[in-house]
Amino acid sequence: MVLLAAILASPSTFTNPQGRADRYNQTCLCFQTAYDWDLGRVSDSANSLYSSAKPESAFVRWVNQWGSAVVDGITTIGDMTLFSWKMLKWLFTRLPCRGTVLVNFYQVGALSLPVVALTGTFIGMVLAVQSYAQFHAIGLDSRLGAVINSTLVKELGPVLAATMLAGRVGGAMAAVLGTMRVTEQIDALTAMGADPIHYLVVPRFLACILLIPSLTIMADFMGIVGGYFYSVIILGIDHAAYLNHSRDGVTGFDLFSGIFKSVFFGSIIAIVSCYRGFNCEPGAEGVGKAATTAFVYSFVLILAVDLFLTIVMNSIYYTIYPNGTSFL
Amino acid sequence: MNEVSGQAEEDDIDNDVDVDDDITAFEDSNRDVAAAQQTSDEQPLIEARNVSVVFDDQIVLQDIELQITRGQTVAIIGESGCGKTVFMKTLVGLVNPTQGEIYFDGEGLHHMGYAELTQTRRRFGFVFQNAALFDSMSVYENIAFPLRQSKVVSETVVEESVMQHLAEVGLPKNVAYKRPAELSGGMRKRVGLARALILKPEVVVYDEPTTGLDPIMSDVINELILDTRRRYPVTSVVVTHDMHTARKVADRVLMFYPRSRLDEDESQVLFDGPPSALEHAEDRRVRQFVRGEAGERLTELAHGLSG
Repeated sequence: MVLLAAILASPSTFTNPQGRADRYNQTCLCFQTAYDWDLGRVSDSANSLYSSAKPESAFVRWVNQWGSAVVDGITTIGDMTLFSWKMLKWLFTRLPCRGTVLVNFYQVGALSLPVVALTGTFIGMVLAVQSYAQFHAIGLDSRLGAVINSTLVKELGPVLAATMLAGRVGGAMAAVLGTMRVTEQIDALTAMGADPIHYLVVPRFLACILLIPSLTIMADFMGIVGGYFYSVIILGIDHAAYLNHSRDGVTGFDLFSGIFKSVFFGSIIAIVSCYRGFNCEPGAEGVGKAATTAFVYSFVLILAVDLFLTIVMNSIYYTIYPNGTSFL
Repeated sequence: MNEVSGQAEEDDIDNDVDVDDDITAFEDSNRDVAAAQQTSDEQPLIEARNVSVVFDDQIVLQDIELQITRGQTVAIIGESGCGKTVFMKTLVGLVNPTQGEIYFDGEGLHHMGYAELTQTRRRFGFVFQNAALFDSMSVYENIAFPLRQSKVVSETVVEESVMQHLAEVGLPKNVAYKRPAELSGGMRKRVGLARALILKPEVVVYDEPTTGLDPIMSDVINELILDTRRRYPVTSVVVTHDMHTARKVADRVLMFYPRSRLDEDESQVLFDGPPSALEHAEDRRVRQFVRGEAGERLTELAHGLSG
């Protein structure tokens, strides 16, 4: 499927100014090669432009629309595959200069830290508020720490950090690159002999995958602190029992699986956001759309990949530890 | 103390000599390349063979044949949407033609690998319509960018070169440390020109160089285009719909016409000749464009209002 998509997609869509339009050119070229079209065929298509369109039946229109949607979808997957492939090739052949990378590290890491810490704290406290009633009813108040911390470390920490990053950084990346596309700055890079993917995408990708684990750890830590604060200080749960059960409920594997997943989330944010920016439609509306779709697509993909990775990690966990861990 | 300062002065002089040597070596190498290429004067520097470009279902360019010889200044004129900018981007390999080929110095761009195409692009200087300066960089960094990308010179040479090119386009030194957003439209265009010229390109391509500028600044840009031609042995392609620019800077003018408004057998290039022949062109549409007459467009307007 991905191979088919990659064949349908142009190898140079993202480095050319006309993006999708140029991909169309390439697709035309493929067809022209396959069927040995002569120049007359272009004239034929020109004629068809001038001639009035024949009325189509509702069924034909329906099939056309669905067919176009499917082809567009497959082409986008192929485009993104080629885009990622080009980026990975640069990543392993020549890294961008330190100055370019450090700016992105600062944008992605340092500037995201406060917001990730703050949201992590609140999520920890919200978990305590929501779980307390049920645990109190069955007299297991002191086990609250195990549930809060386990949920945070395995799921909420990584997903929350990734969501904040997708919103704060992903949207900005798509908007910046989209504006660069619209104002021909990406064309200028190409015209001056620089590769836009090497210069613009690789540093952003590096910043996302290398810094998201730290942000995840920060979200985990602040969530644990928030949960502890609300459970022990506000709700009055016994401090020693809370901590003791918290330690029992969270294993090193849980922490590892959360951080491991976050690297995939970082990759998704960087690739989707940069891709949307590179394929931005003209005008202010195009830039806005690129930023919005970058966040929406990243978020949906993060959740889908999270489910898949959780299943995989659980399988690995139960293969290593057949008896599992029971904290209740 | 004197001995120390004397030694320091000697070191400074040595450094200056080294920098001068670096610049001379850099410029010599460019001149050598240019000289080597001048031996093949008989073949056109840029050649478009049967070029067609189609976007989605829209034919932008069809069957364009064009040869530009070394040293020429060609103005491509035509109304908005006729494909001038697309053609120019096709010439430098920023847009791939749907059909046909572009040859630069006898080499087909379509035959080139990525590295070769990148090297070839460095032989072009591209002045974009809105300058396309990088917002995140200062003017200095913008102008230095192509040099730093080419990685052939030291930082001292970069600084010398940036300041020299800034002076050549008539901008004061203090502009170097401003952001592009702080500059006026005319200054941005001049910075764009300085950036395009810093690698001493063989071809300079101008996309609407005077659009959006006042008449005086437009004339300043026109003079800079002429000055560039006098200063360096460049071939220039100027895409414009400003007839004053076309007449002033070009020694050959091509007029494009939108494909959708032509009959099937008509060429998209309505005029190819010297600027002096524009007024007396056989084709009515060329004369209308040159004189700025709406012609049949008024009929369209009337249809639109009545419909």
